[in-house]
Amino acid sequence: MVSIKQDIRIGFYVCHCGHNIASMVDCPEVASYVEKLPGVVLSRDYKYMCSDPGQELIQKDIKEFDLNRVVVASCSPLLHEHTFRTAVAAGGLNPFFFHMVNIREHDSWVHTDRKEATAKAKALARAAIRRVAHHKALEVKQVPVNPDVLVVGGGIAGIHAALTLANAGKKVYLVEREPSIGGHMAKFDKTFPTLDCAACILTPKMSSVGAHENITLWSYSEVVKMDGYVGNYTVMVKRKARFINEDLCTGCQECVANCIYKEPKFTDEFNEGLGKRKPVYIPFPQATPQVVLIDPDVCLNFKRGVLTDKCKKTCVEACGDRKAIDFKQKEQFTEIKVGTIIVATGFQTFDAKRVLPYGYGVYPNVYTAMEVERLVNASGPTSGEVILRDGRQPKAIGIIHCVGSRDKKTNRWCSRVCCMYSMKLAHLLKEHTGAEIYNFYIDIRAPGKGYEEFYDKLNEEGVHFVRGRVGEVTDWGMTPEEEGKLVIRVEDTLAGFVRRIPVDMVVLATGLEPQADAQDVRRLFNMSCGTEGFFLERHPKLAPVNTFTDGIFIAGCCQGPRDIPDTVAQAGAAAAEAMVLIDKGHVEQEPNTAYVLPDCCGCKSCLPLCPYTAITFDEATKKAVINEALCKGCGTCVSSCPSGSIAQNLFEDEEVFSEIEGVLAD
Amino acid sequence: MKYSYFPGCSLKGLGRAYEESLLPVMKHLGVELQELDDWNCCGATAYMAVDEVKACVLAARNLALAEKSGLNQVMAPCAACYLVLNKAKHYFHDYPAMKATMDRALNAVGLHYSGDTPVRHPLDILLNDVGLEAIKQKVEKPLKGLKVATYYGCQIVRPYATFDDQYNPTTMDRLMEALGATLVHYPLKTKCCGGSLTGTLPEAGIRLVYILLNEAKKRGADCIATVCPLCQFNLDGYHSQLKAQYGDVLVPTVYFTQLMGLAFGLSDKELGLNRAAVPFKWRPPLPAAATPVPA
Repeated sequence: MVSIKQDIRIGFYVCHCGHNIASMVDCPEVASYVEKLPGVVLSRDYKYMCSDPGQELIQKDIKEFDLNRVVVASCSPLLHEHTFRTAVAAGGLNPFFFHMVNIREHDSWVHTDRKEATAKAKALARAAIRRVAHHKALEVKQVPVNPDVLVVGGGIAGIHAALTLANAGKKVYLVEREPSIGGHMAKFDKTFPTLDCAACILTPKMSSVGAHENITLWSYSEVVKMDGYVGNYTVMVKRKARFINEDLCTGCQECVANCIYKEPKFTDEFNEGLGKRKPVYIPFPQATPQVVLIDPDVCLNFKRGVLTDKCKKTCVEACGDRKAIDFKQKEQFTEIKVGTIIVATGFQTFDAKRVLPYGYGVYPNVYTAMEVERLVNASGPTSGEVILRDGRQPKAIGIIHCVGSRDKKTNRWCSRVCCMYSMKLAHLLKEHTGAEIYNFYIDIRAPGKGYEEFYDKLNEEGVHFVRGRVGEVTDWGMTPEEEGKLVIRVEDTLAGFVRRIPVDMVVLATGLEPQADAQDVRRLFNMSCGTEGFFLERHPKLAPVNTFTDGIFIAGCCQGPRDIPDTVAQAGAAAAEAMVLIDKGHVEQEPNTAYVLPDCCGCKSCLPLCPYTAITFDEATKKAVINEALCKGCGTCVSSCPSGSIAQNLFEDEEVFSEIEGVLAD
Repeated sequence: MKYSYFPGCSLKGLGRAYEESLLPVMKHLGVELQELDDWNCCGATAYMAVDEVKACVLAARNLALAEKSGLNQVMAPCAACYLVLNKAKHYFHDYPAMKATMDRALNAVGLHYSGDTPVRHPLDILLNDVGLEAIKQKVEKPLKGLKVATYYGCQIVRPYATFDDQYNPTTMDRLMEALGATLVHYPLKTKCCGGSLTGTLPEAGIRLVYILLNEAKKRGADCIATVCPLCQFNLDGYHSQLKAQYGDVLVPTVYFTQLMGLAFGLSDKELGLNRAAVPFKWRPPLPAAATPVPA
């Protein structure tokens, strides 16, 4: 029998959580069992402890029965620890005289035997009763929040989040790895279902970002390191060498016109490789910032990226007194301090070559949807005229949906936007070419405002919809009409037979997938990824822009495929969540920090172990000192101190050992 | 390099040209083959479709014999044998009831199968064990100028794609290029040859054969190279019907091993090239000095 200090008076509450716990755990039995344990003054079971009456019950009991410790056995502390600590404090006790037991996620939800689940609940309760007796009164400390925000990624999500914050008066750093902000949306021709021009609605926002006094825009830059904690992050940004002094470049592009290469010769990334650019270039007319850059891999003044200085440098001549070109520019590293971070790093499109039967990369007239966006765009490589790679104009076009989506062999998820953008492209291609358009779909997914109506409109326009997953795109013909065409072989599941449809052009509606370096970014910002590789939100319904790291938020397609309206909504939400922290001005930190006992012999072995550099050495006293503001309570120093001279609040030896004894006792 | 060799019925019968070319080619490359003693039907033909248990038991006996031979790998050149032996091996591991039946049947004749013996296709062995470099060194008469349509058929890539890609296999392509041949773009390389439909449902079967031959001809192929006796039979044996129904689509269909033999300098006769219905004659082009200079 374990003795408990005379003055300890514990109140115990076991929650039914409706049927969630009560269906698998005999709550009244747990309550009557705990009642007999030493130190327990009262023990109750109640239907919903988190309800107002449940909380009031705790407050009333504290006063009436002179309780000085409280244990609640219910759900995960992640959900309601704060609720009950507040109730305990309202009852007049220090909130840390409370301990919570998880008998739902850890017990009732994961077991199927009522008797054993009840026994487990008793054991967990017993451990908590023994532990809570050793709890000490602790203070919650407040740490100020740096009001500056870092937004990573300059697509529509990052742009919208940055502008929202900046318009509210917050200072924002917007870091984008490409030479210009704009992301995928800048490449789109029109947006569904309204068919407004993507550039017309995006570029005003882009120039606002460029001109905003509260936004520091760093394009062609990447975050390489992040340290610190919520409210106080230190971030290292790599600013890649663009060989142009951004402050001096006026965006006149005379260097481009006067480049030693008279004609554009190199793959134009912005036009998906359909067009050409020069070694010195601006990615697209509305690029923000309006600053050129030099590609050292193809510029004649470099050889394999190394400066040789062997070109005539007609660009420098053209730049003249502006002196913006700097071939000696090196990448720079800048450290910034922010309180909150919004990660909006977007997606990549599925590599169409991975679906071999569709012939992308084999047949020149098979295109990806992104390529077609550029092909129909007025500022695209053909000025908006749909001319195929072999110079012909298409008379029949097939659009294949779900390429790299809803497919066990590649990506299992629905990419959400492809049905709609396929229909948008069908409309645009019909408008540009007058061709017969065939959509090959599994299901049409048009669940948005005006989306189903858009589908109806396409049907009225005479676009064909064939329900069936395409088997292959091939060039073997059975009839004279098929010769020289691409033949789409598909089982038409509505007509019930296999069809061969000859077309001139095939468009593959490639799906959305996580960026290739999503795992690196995840590690950089201490986030988690779901199984498919998109960043994981804290709660799929109730905390969709939060991550498991406080102060770090996610927005846009880095969290999962979504369209522009949803992305913008989510970016606004992330900005609002950041403002919650900024405007409150401080964050409360769990007092679960470590502290040094007087026995410290000054061996310094803990110093290099601390991942948060919270430990310093006091030369005067020859002892280690822990900075409470920096300590995150990981316990590394506690367990590694050779003389046992470091302890940790809420994890004192007697608390942990009595908990272990309690769970093992009969 | 030594393998036990499971010829199956085809290589002793209709597809004997395959064996006649395979054995000298393998010998030429220093690959030793030891024919399985007392082998029986692989379990293909109609067995697999009608009674999977019987098919698997038949296959198991061959696998057990291969294990008993002491050579730990068995080469199955016929695509049907290759598939059935592999399928029996998969079933042995995946379905406990099937394994029990196989064990019981083998036990009754004093044999044992552990489930380990790898079943290999000659293409797999040639590319991955012998290697293209070693093959190139043996080439005496490169197949320069010969335009080949590589045709894999279905059984070596479906449902098990063990050594090549399911949709776009390339092992034979790489082999043909190593011999000096030119490939024609032939996207039908894994399409159906008609299988036994040529016999049971000719209107469907013959049509499939026609598609394959017509496309090969259209794309300028001098021959179709195949890995499967049934494919070879279908593509080679129905030309009079094809001509009557669709018009002339005369393209010779040869085993890939026959082309290897030619490149190695073996004679037509040694390679069974005289057996095909559509004759295939290949002579290397004349030396540059002897070719008339175009005006």
